[in-house]
Amino acid sequence: MTQLSQSNSETFAAASLAAKSGTEVRLEGVTKDFGLAKPAVDDITLRIEPGEFMTLLGPSGSGKTTTLNLIAGFEVLTKGQVLLNGQDVGALPPHKRNLGMLFQNYALFPHMSVYDNVAYPLRERKTAKDEIQRRVGEVLELVQLVGRDKHLPKQLSGGQQQRVALARAIVFNPKVLLLDEPLGALDRNLRGALQLEIRRIHREVGSTFVFVTHDQDEAMNLSDRIALFNEGEIEQVGAPEELYARPETLFTAKFLGDSNVFHLGKVSPIDNAVAWEDERWAVDANTVSPKVASDRGSALVVRPEGVSVSKNRSEVPPDANAVKATILDIEYLGSYRTLVLALGDARLNGRARIDAQSSDFSLGEEVVAWWRPYRQRLVAE
Amino acid sequence: MTQLSLPRRAPNLSWLLLVPAVALMAGVVYVPLIQSAVRSFGDPPSLQEYADLFSDGITMTVFWRTLGSAVVVTLVTLVLGYPYAYMMTRASARVRGLLMTVVLVPFWTSAMARNFAWLILLERNGPVDRIFQFFGIHDVVFYQTTTGVTIAMTQVMLPFMVLPLYSALAGIDRKLLLAAQGLGSTPVKAFWKVFWPLSKVGVMSGLVLVFTLSMGFYITPALLGSPQNSMIAQLISQRATQLLDFAAAGALGTFVLIVTLVLVGMANSQGGSISAISVVVNTDSPKGNG
Amino acid sequence: MAATLGETRTAQAAPPKKLKIKPVDAIPLWLRTLAAIVGVYFILPTFIVIPMGFGGATTTFKFPPEEFSVKLFENFFTNPAWIGSLGKSALVGVLAALVASTFGTAAAVGLHFLPGRLPTLVRTLLMIPLVTPSIILAVSIYVSFLQWHLTGSLPGYVVAHAAIGLPYVLVSVTAALSSFDSTLLRASASLGASPWRSFVTVTAPLISKGIGTGALFAFVTSFDEVVIALYLRSPMFQTLPVQMYNSVTVEIDSTIAASSSLMVIIVSLILFIPQFARAKKTS
Repeated sequence: MTQLSQSNSETFAAASLAAKSGTEVRLEGVTKDFGLAKPAVDDITLRIEPGEFMTLLGPSGSGKTTTLNLIAGFEVLTKGQVLLNGQDVGALPPHKRNLGMLFQNYALFPHMSVYDNVAYPLRERKTAKDEIQRRVGEVLELVQLVGRDKHLPKQLSGGQQQRVALARAIVFNPKVLLLDEPLGALDRNLRGALQLEIRRIHREVGSTFVFVTHDQDEAMNLSDRIALFNEGEIEQVGAPEELYARPETLFTAKFLGDSNVFHLGKVSPIDNAVAWEDERWAVDANTVSPKVASDRGSALVVRPEGVSVSKNRSEVPPDANAVKATILDIEYLGSYRTLVLALGDARLNGRARIDAQSSDFSLGEEVVAWWRPYRQRLVAE
Repeated sequence: MTQLSLPRRAPNLSWLLLVPAVALMAGVVYVPLIQSAVRSFGDPPSLQEYADLFSDGITMTVFWRTLGSAVVVTLVTLVLGYPYAYMMTRASARVRGLLMTVVLVPFWTSAMARNFAWLILLERNGPVDRIFQFFGIHDVVFYQTTTGVTIAMTQVMLPFMVLPLYSALAGIDRKLLLAAQGLGSTPVKAFWKVFWPLSKVGVMSGLVLVFTLSMGFYITPALLGSPQNSMIAQLISQRATQLLDFAAAGALGTFVLIVTLVLVGMANSQGGSISAISVVVNTDSPKGNG
Repeated sequence: MAATLGETRTAQAAPPKKLKIKPVDAIPLWLRTLAAIVGVYFILPTFIVIPMGFGGATTTFKFPPEEFSVKLFENFFTNPAWIGSLGKSALVGVLAALVASTFGTAAAVGLHFLPGRLPTLVRTLLMIPLVTPSIILAVSIYVSFLQWHLTGSLPGYVVAHAAIGLPYVLVSVTAALSSFDSTLLRASASLGASPWRSFVTVTAPLISKGIGTGALFAFVTSFDEVVIALYLRSPMFQTLPVQMYNSVTVEIDSTIAASSSLMVIIVSLILFIPQFARAKKTS
């Protein structure tokens, strides 16, 4: 609390870009109800560490942007609390929260030069003139836009405009930077370059970053942790590798990367085997998601890179789980091939990744797909 | 604008298409206006008529009175029109449609019918008098005074302020206001530092449009005012029809027209009064596009 | 330690307290109120006019009217001066709208296909009547038409009103053309149509709404025009607005109340036609 109330004077007295001290952001039972069938954000609790790069990921309409707006103060909470370093800011208007924000469409002031745009938050905080000049210079250097300060936003490319917006959002050393799909309007190449830049700046300024995106690759590339949103609730929180390797629900497994999915119906989480069609598969206790329960549907998922393909059952190792498959298509992807499979009698869509060299499969061939039990994951539906 | 898409000899054909319109305009507008300007220099040509404008003691009095009332009308329309146009950009589609219809009502209510209505509204002990009396104001006379004429003119001119303002305001990204607040501005400051500067183009064209149209008002002052406080348009009319002094009428007309055109030129370079009229015509149904 | 402190504070704050939070970016009440007042100011005269038509035939007008009758409407439809001037207004309006929409559409199409700065100048020149104070235009037209013997005649009214209506046609057809995809014309030409055939079969149907809107505006402009009509009038030829003007300035004739009601109703009906047409199409 003291930290936040002092942050204005402190930030500017310290006057260093590398503040290396982020703010902890805590959401306690945060709810936003627009009066529709289901609240847009439904009772979310999330703790974002100081200096962490947290991504709110999810499909459109999953509540991630609303959550960001609740943190920023652009929306009013229906229920719950938003705490910055332990202080409840629910009643504070946006201009008193001292957060940086980056918008998808940049939101640069079109009637102001690059310099005036970046100086704007400093002037609002009554910073001394020479101090403004120094800080704007520093931050324009940080985003590699030196020498453009007299330009108007419309004279810059999309990527440059987003750099200006980034400079403007961090120039006053906000302890938290909120990024609302900032790369959404850029083309693919530019996105990659700016992702690197955002990561570098995060490392250099040390603020807490809260990043909203619907792009799973972007989330995987940038984040320390990802909070995956689904219909106003958080499905799972964790490091990118954790979400990919250890999904707790089918939604998570499908949203991040490709999966072969076998729907099992209700199973008991303590069984050491499950049945699917005629197959019986061994289940390793530590591959069972904590969300699996006997009163809820479950599914078995395996990533394509965990699946091997053999000509017949005799070639399958005895400790592996296997299913019969038909090869529908073979995709050549440079370093590897992907076999597109029809799995089991149900002819489920499936995929297996194999060596680019192994070319002894042909279309329509009946084969056996198999995987070691540790490569699979039993998740809740 | 799309470039040529017809075959090569098409340009000649396209120029031909302009002939009827230009001929019509020449006959009704260009030639009469030029003749009137030529006539104003008299025979033999001199600047006597123009010198008289500044020295006859009446013309300049009326000119300044007209100018003063045009300035008042312009400023009042801005003060009333800006919040209204701003409200239009904020309202839901349904309310916006209603607000747009309301703007277009005076625009398309017959000029004579509207003036007749103001005649009744501004009468001694008429509805407006009674409203003012209700608030304890007794000593304002609306009937046959400049005050009454100004109230009626303001009402007629408001759409010409609201429409260009609305089209300018609707084009401003509201996210900029949120961004300003996120960067530390209070909502009021965000408005003055971001929204207001961005709306200046619309303000400018609204101001010039209303001002120029107010300078030329004829029917409203003729019906609602009195001869003692006539406007410049009545002076022109009087010289042409009662004194049959076409040269003097021409000189005064040319003088006012030049002032007007210079101002319109300024507005066009700022984004245009013509565009304001486009807004009206292309609103085509009173419901608006929202 | 900071964490523990934070924890305790949350614990204390746990019972939900009612915070008075203003919604962000709300529309302030004073703005709504002001907009409502301005809205009333906009429509007040129009709504005064309609009931006035049903007042009695007196020489002084009072609002609200003291009696209810249709006597004024009776006057309007039986007095040749009134009903005759309505007929003349309608005739002038229709002819002027026809001329304005034909010439204006041709000009808009021509300007659309001409490159360079000169057409821009022509476009500006064609807009002049919109920004010229009507009294200046009226006096100039009056003096010139006197020499050409066009005052007080149907052709005089029609050309004068066609000229002031033409800019509206130009603006609305130009707007229709700008949303018109010119590759359609190339397609039509590649399929063997001459430029004229292309215009009739492709361009015209697609811009017909723009032409229609422009024609309606031209009609209403003419139907409503007073100042030029005042100068062109003769005892034999007077339009309705002129008759109304006289009934206030020359001899007080309370029939103007009924006439005003009618004008408001007719003009509203005409301007609502495009909307009705659209509503029908969508349903």
